[in-house]
This record gives sequence, C-alpha cells and structure tokens, in this order.
Amino acid sequence: MRKLKNLIMTGLLALATLICLLPLLLLLYYVIKMGISSINLDFFLNNPKPMGEAGGGMLNSIIGTIIVLAMASLIGIPIGLVTGIYLAENKGTKLAEWVRLATEVLVGIPSIVIGILVYGWLVKSMKTFSAFSGSIALTIIMIPILARSTEEVLLMVPHTLKEAAYALGASRWKTQWMIVMKTAMGGIVSAILSSIGRIAGETAPLLFTAFGNQFFSTKLFRPISTLPIQIFTYARSPNIVQNRMAWAGSLLLVGMVLVLNMSAKWIGYVVLKRRNK
Amino acid sequence: MNSEETTIRAKEFSAWYGDFKVLKNISLSIPTNYVTAVIGPSGCGKTTFVRCINRLHELTPGAKVTGELRLNEKNIYQTDPMQIRRTIGMVFQRPNPFPTMTIAGNVMAGYTLNGIRLKTSEYKEIVEDSLRKAALWDEVKDKLNKYGTELSGGQQQRLCIARAIATKPTVILFDEPCSALDPIATGKIEELIRELRSHYTIIIVTHNMQQAGRVADFTAFFMMGELIEFDRTETVFTNPAKSLTEDYITGRFG
Amino acid sequence: MKSDKLFKIVLLLFGVLILAFSVGIFLQLFSGAWKSIQQNGILFLIKQVWDPNQEIYGALPFLVGTLVTALLSVIFSLPLSIGSSLFLNEYIKGGWSVIISSMIDLLASIPSVVYGLWGLFVLVPYIRIVENWLFQNARLIPLFNSEPYGVGILSATVILLIMILPYSISVIKEVLKMVPNDIKEAGYALGANKWEVLQKIVLPYIKSGIFAGVGLSLGRALGETMAVTMVIGNRNALPASLFDPANTLASVIANEFYEASSTLHVSSLIYLALVLFVFSFLINFMMRLILKRINAGMIRK
Repeated sequence: MRKLKNLIMTGLLALATLICLLPLLLLLYYVIKMGISSINLDFFLNNPKPMGEAGGGMLNSIIGTIIVLAMASLIGIPIGLVTGIYLAENKGTKLAEWVRLATEVLVGIPSIVIGILVYGWLVKSMKTFSAFSGSIALTIIMIPILARSTEEVLLMVPHTLKEAAYALGASRWKTQWMIVMKTAMGGIVSAILSSIGRIAGETAPLLFTAFGNQFFSTKLFRPISTLPIQIFTYARSPNIVQNRMAWAGSLLLVGMVLVLNMSAKWIGYVVLKRRNK
Repeated sequence: MNSEETTIRAKEFSAWYGDFKVLKNISLSIPTNYVTAVIGPSGCGKTTFVRCINRLHELTPGAKVTGELRLNEKNIYQTDPMQIRRTIGMVFQRPNPFPTMTIAGNVMAGYTLNGIRLKTSEYKEIVEDSLRKAALWDEVKDKLNKYGTELSGGQQQRLCIARAIATKPTVILFDEPCSALDPIATGKIEELIRELRSHYTIIIVTHNMQQAGRVADFTAFFMMGELIEFDRTETVFTNPAKSLTEDYITGRFG
Repeated sequence: MKSDKLFKIVLLLFGVLILAFSVGIFLQLFSGAWKSIQQNGILFLIKQVWDPNQEIYGALPFLVGTLVTALLSVIFSLPLSIGSSLFLNEYIKGGWSVIISSMIDLLASIPSVVYGLWGLFVLVPYIRIVENWLFQNARLIPLFNSEPYGVGILSATVILLIMILPYSISVIKEVLKMVPNDIKEAGYALGANKWEVLQKIVLPYIKSGIFAGVGLSLGRALGETMAVTMVIGNRNALPASLFDPANTLASVIANEFYEASSTLHVSSLIYLALVLFVFSFLINFMMRLILKRINAGMIRK
C-alpha cells in the first residue's frame, strides 16, 4: 500500500512538472509558428502602413525600443550599480537598511503604477508623451533590480580578499575598484544583462509615457513607438494583418529577451566554473 | 641580534568590540628579528591583538582601542593607518591570493593597489626576490603569468607570503597561517618562517602549541583578553611562571 | 584619505536618493488622487459602481477582480510549483534537472504582452470550450453560472497561474537545495520510502521557503497588467461567476487612462493606482514580517 502511494506520488510529481513546462512549449510554438510567416524584410525595414495596404512593418517600433532601452540603461546602469555597491559596502548600518527597504518597496511596485507616476511628473509638465519619460519609467524599474543583484554578487566576494588588500595598505576606494569589482565583474555583467532583459519586455509603464507613435520618430521628447506597445495595440485590433504583425513583433521581442537572459545566465555559469577550479 | 631591541611595544593597550572588552591592558614588547608566537584558547584575544597592530581591527564597526601601541617608537594609532599597513605585512588563515591577478601581479599587489609605478626592471627584480624569499621561485618561475588561484593550497600561502614580503615590511604578522594546510605544506611554511626572521620581526598567532614550540623564539600566552605570560619559548613550555600557563600547556583546559 | 571620504559621500547620496524616491511616490499618487479622495473618501473601496458616463466611481469591482484572480492563481500554483520543485530536485539527476529548470525559468522572462497575445488567441478559445461544457453541465454551481465569453476571470486566472509558476518554483528549489542530506538519510534509515521522507521530513522543513514563494507569486499576480488586460474582458462590474468578464485594478487603469475625459475620472484612476500601491506594499510587508517569524522560529528549533 505504501509502495503504491509512493509510485502514484512520483507520477503526480512528474505530471506537475510537465504541466509547468507545457505552457512554455505551447507559447514558443505558437509565437514561432504564427510569427515566422510575417517576418520578412518588409517587417524590418518598413513602417506601419495604413490599414488595407500590404507591406507594412514595425521599423519604427524596433528603433523606438532600442532608443528607449538605450536611454534607460544609460541612466539606470550607473545608478543601479552604485546603489548596489553602497548596500554591499555598508551592510548593517541603519541608513543602508532603510535604503534596502526602499529598494524592496520599489521592486514590489506594479509597473503600471510607475507609469502613472512618471505621467504625473514628466508627461504633464512637459505637456507631451515622450521617449524620454518612457525611459525614465523603465529606469525606475531597473534601478532596484540591478541594485539588489549587484549587492548579491558583491557580497559573494570573500571578505578575506578585502582584508588582504587593506593589510597591504590599500584605501577603501582602491580595494573596491581594483579587487572587489574586478573579482565580481562576471556576476555584475550577468546582472546588468538580465536587468536589461527585464525592462525590455515591459509594456505597462510605457503606455502613458512613451505612448506610441504610428510614424517613424527618433525624437527623444516626442511620443515614440515601442515593440511591446505596438504588439499590444495590434493584438486588440480587428484587422487580421495587424494581428499577424503582433505575432511577428512578439517573435522578435521574445527572441531579444531570451538572448539577453540566456547570455546573462551563461556568463554567470562560466564565472562560477572558473571560480571553483 | 640584540634581544633588548624591540620593534613593537604595547603599553596598557586595550581593545573593544562595542561593549565587549576583548583585550585588557596589554603591556608587551616584541623583540626585533625574532619569531614571537601568540598562543591561548579560543576567544582569548590573540587574533585581535595582532589585528590591532596593523589596524585591521578598527575596520569592524563598533571597534575601539585605548592605550599605546608603538611600531619602532611611532605611535601606531596616531599615524595614518594605510601607512602603517604598508610597513607591516600580513598572512591570513586561509590563503587569499587575488583571483583576478596573475602570480606576478599578486606579488606586486602592494604596489599596484597603492598606485606605485615601478620600472620594469625593478618590478621583475622584486618579483623574483620576494618569490625566492618565500621559497616559491623555482616552482613558479615559468608560470608567472598564470593566475594565482591555480596553485595548490601550500603554494598559494607561500604566494601570500611573497606578497607580504614584496613591500619590504619590517614586521610580518601570521594569523594561524597553516590551519588550512596539510602537514607537508605546514612543514614548509614553518621552515620558511624560521628563515625569514633574520630579515623581519615575526609574530605568529597559533592555536597549535607544538607549532609554537617548533617555530618561535618567544611566546606570549593570552587568556580571556589578558597577557598571562611572555618569555622565551623554552621557558614558557618547560618552566612556566604562572600556573594558568602551566594548566594550558599541559592541556588541563582547551 | 580624501578619496575614501568622497567615495563614502557619493555612495550615501545615491542611497538617500532611492529613499527619497519611495516617499515621493506615495505623495505623488496621493496628490494625483486627491480630487477623487475628496469626493469619495475611504468608502471608495466598497462602492460597487464604476460608471464614467455618470461620473460615479467605486473601486469594489476591481478589488474583487484583483483579489479573486490573484488568490485563485496562487492557490492553484501551490501544488504545481511544490510538485515540480520536488520532482526536479529530488527525482531527476543534475543534467536534465538543470535543463528543465532553465526552461521553466525562461517562462519568467517572457514579456507580459506576449502572454497576453498568446492568451487571447490560443488560450481563450480553449477556455471558451471548457466554459461552454461547464455551463451546459454544471450550471447549478453558482461559479459557473454565466454566459461563457471565453475572456473573463477564469482566463485571467489561468494566465496568471502560468506566469507566476517560475517564481515560486525557483524560490522553492533554492530552499530544497539547502535541506541537509543527513535528515533525509535518517528518514530512509528508518525505513521510509521516498515520498514519505519528502512529505513528512522535507516539506515541513521548507515551510518558510514555500511561504516566501507564495509571497513572491502573490506580489507578482497583484501587479500583473498587460496579460490580464488582454484576457479579462474589461467589464467594470462585480463578477458573479468565474466566467464573467471583469477588470482588475491594474487592467482598468491600463484600459481607461488614456481616454479618461474628466479630471474626476483621471483622479479616480489614480486613486485606484494608489490603492494598488498600498495594497502591494502591505502584502509585501506582511509577508516579510511573517517570514521573519517563521525563520526565527526555525533557528530556535
């Protein structure tokens, strides 16, 4: 009887795993299947055409995504890294605990709330939607994530390495940059890549900040189209051609995000292997 | 060798971690160019004492000291800590070569970390000299560009010794340097320490009494933050003045 | 040393920046919602009519929508995430376990809007079939007693379920790895079989990890916007059954914010955002507190 129960449970557990795996496979299957037919040169080189005309593409969204991500990374990466260093260096002080609490609060904020916030701050005062406000929204999401993972990586550097450096007379500054950061570099690169991957897929915070744009634009202070927003719009459109483009856009977006996250994982893995030789 | 000459002098020196007084009014003179062992049961303050000498102790939040601690008559606590640390070398319990530096790089870390640039010829000279003094040159002379972490445990520890020697310190502190090593590597390090004392003043913290007996000329016995006895090693081990010392030596307590 | 002082100051500055930010967020939302707060007060939370045309605003439909979808998805994710974590950690060897775990991790990186797209065109038709069947045969159960549209609470719950699985799985796997081998071996030595050891020794040991996984999933489920918006049907009324179209706090904001005409409308939407913010914050906070308690209790043991 006990043997039977053991066997049944084993089966159920395997089933649970399968169920967890299934959606991923189904999702990737459909995204690839439905998207691949619409991925062609037109898709990459053209802007959206009015409904009814063939040959439209998502060039404006692709470029827009790149611009917004680049701006967000430019601001978010330095701030996230420095905050992470601060948390790691000052573990235990009262102020650091407050800051950590703040980062955890920020991480837990639903991204649409962040979008509303930036709307209130920037869009209203600038009187326009803009790529800039979109990037700021993404930056706000990126910073706490990057700060936390940077802190984690830095704390894994053995304390005894820092002591060895201090014993040689090095200053805190030098020790931080020449020893700690260098040792943690692989992990930090991994953390940066995955934080970019995280914000690349965000839509909600861009809805009321970058807003979207039917036309091609690279102006930083005007509305700009991004892949996630365009996918959202096209998905809900009654036009089948636009639906198909939503799939194609998804294929591209998923591909991008997967590449970022897998590189992050791979780098993390390589660093771990090298360390444990 | 004049045993009257002392490099490190402690006078009514006390240290705290927060409210906990870990060193109580230590007065001690460490003789120049000899090996002094610091022994005692766990928690007696021996490591803390040594970490006060190169001011690593104060890096812990809540750390405090009172009293005098002098290096060659200069008050350690009234001098810039980084300067002090550059004239004192330290070797830690677990070998800790910098994983992102080569063997040569590790040896010269004391210079690079302090922004001191050297001519290539000087650089090479110091690398070879330090590695020879650490009895490691023959084993690594062909792989100076390999990473420090690719060596065995004993070799890594000798690399750390070379790194400490490279900055030409007057004092070298060893904090239980062999506790992570196998007996053969331990033997090599002990031999090395005995050789090094002709050039440096050496203080070695150890929980292993036999090691103190093998390696040290002088021994200081600490217990519960106090210095119980300090004398030539043979005296401490064969004819201790204090009964506490005798109890510890004969193993009456841990 | 001068550079050390500078270093400390720069770090401090950034830390303070983040702190100031969090406080600023609450204030900003509060001021944006002020008009609606003045109008509706705290009773906003239990008013059940949301009608922009008549300028009547109440948050209850969305609170219910949010809570129902989030709680249901978390509850149903428990057996699945615990089950697969156990399977991946205890039943399969290294190589395959790593591969499958990585694949499940990938689920977490897929953008919400892509889940929404897939949900809308692939999942919803299937759910509609299931809903139809249930409607025909199980109508008596109030949960199934509405016209099946396909989009609605059920679809949103299923999509959320899929999206939160990788989070709790990764947390639970981490804790599983930390279970010391000797207590498992002690169980085997007493004659227990694999499942018994897992059920009676391992699971109780990782209670706090499971709780952490739940907390994480709940937080994620509450804030999820895009996928939910696309499959929940966008109806601003209290859902009476699983099949009813509805809205969550996040989805109604996403849906109506751009076209919100009057200032009261906008302000009410921001009020909803404030509610969502406070809600997530409180849940986050409580989870953390309870986790501390559990961990402290375990250390005492």
